[in-house]
Amino acid sequence: MSAIQPKLGEPISDELALVQAAKGGDVGAFEELVRRYDRNVFRIAQHITQNREDAEDVVQDAFLKAYSNLEQFQGQSKFYTWLVRIAVNEALMKLRRRRPERMVSLDEEVKTEEDSLPREVADWSPNPEQQYSQAELRDILTRTIQGLPPSFRTVFVLRDVEGLSTEETAEALELSIPAVKSRLLRARLQLRERLSRFFQKRDGGDGTK
Amino acid sequence: MKCSEFLQELTNYLDGVLDARTKAELEDHLAWCHNCYVVCDTTKKTIEIYRDSHLYPLPEDLRTRLRSAIMAKCSKRKKLGGEST
Repeated sequence: MSAIQPKLGEPISDELALVQAAKGGDVGAFEELVRRYDRNVFRIAQHITQNREDAEDVVQDAFLKAYSNLEQFQGQSKFYTWLVRIAVNEALMKLRRRRPERMVSLDEEVKTEEDSLPREVADWSPNPEQQYSQAELRDILTRTIQGLPPSFRTVFVLRDVEGLSTEETAEALELSIPAVKSRLLRARLQLRERLSRFFQKRDGGDGTK
Repeated sequence: MKCSEFLQELTNYLDGVLDARTKAELEDHLAWCHNCYVVCDTTKKTIEIYRDSHLYPLPEDLRTRLRSAIMAKCSKRKKLGGEST
């Protein structure tokens, strides 16, 4: 079985030049950075907050905060990783405000290893996603990922949906690399477990409904 | 290799960051352990399905509205910053 092919990102060679220009007062250069990453920030914010209005606020607040603090960006990491770190913090603040009864932290330790041990080991249909309409599939995927604890969900989204490396994810979330790996494994296994209910082979079937 | 050991290395295996020897041990385990093969294969599919799912697209009209709001505030801050220095 082959490894997952990494998601190809956009070229970033001119990113630093845009940041430098924005630091020097070129608002147009900053607008280009907004255009480049607004979809990603919106997606990450929606995944964390699970609320559309909050995600819209996070997009605005994260870019404004980045703009106001551009001087602090030293270029040791990618601008995008730095921006994601700001966006994740803004999104977590929104989530905490909306759910004050629940402690929301990326450091939250989630019980034992038991919760990630595979129970469902039935094979899936060859093209499981084709068993459902686009709308049904989107609904299944959204509800399934929303069921993960925020700390797992965030790591999975950054690493597997947005294609950040383990090191970049650790940096963006201020977590250690082992902590990212541990959460990623458990997030992947829990999602797999939950999706199995929808995607496993039907009895005697060829995978079609 | 035990199934629990396989699981611990699953993420490294799927990310292709294992050394050749550990990778060979894992693949040896996969060759005879059907359960681990299924878990590995369906975990890989899980990742690929999410990666290709395009959940939460940003509609173009909302995108334009958000960008306008951001840039208006940035320009205002720049102006204020310029006046204060």
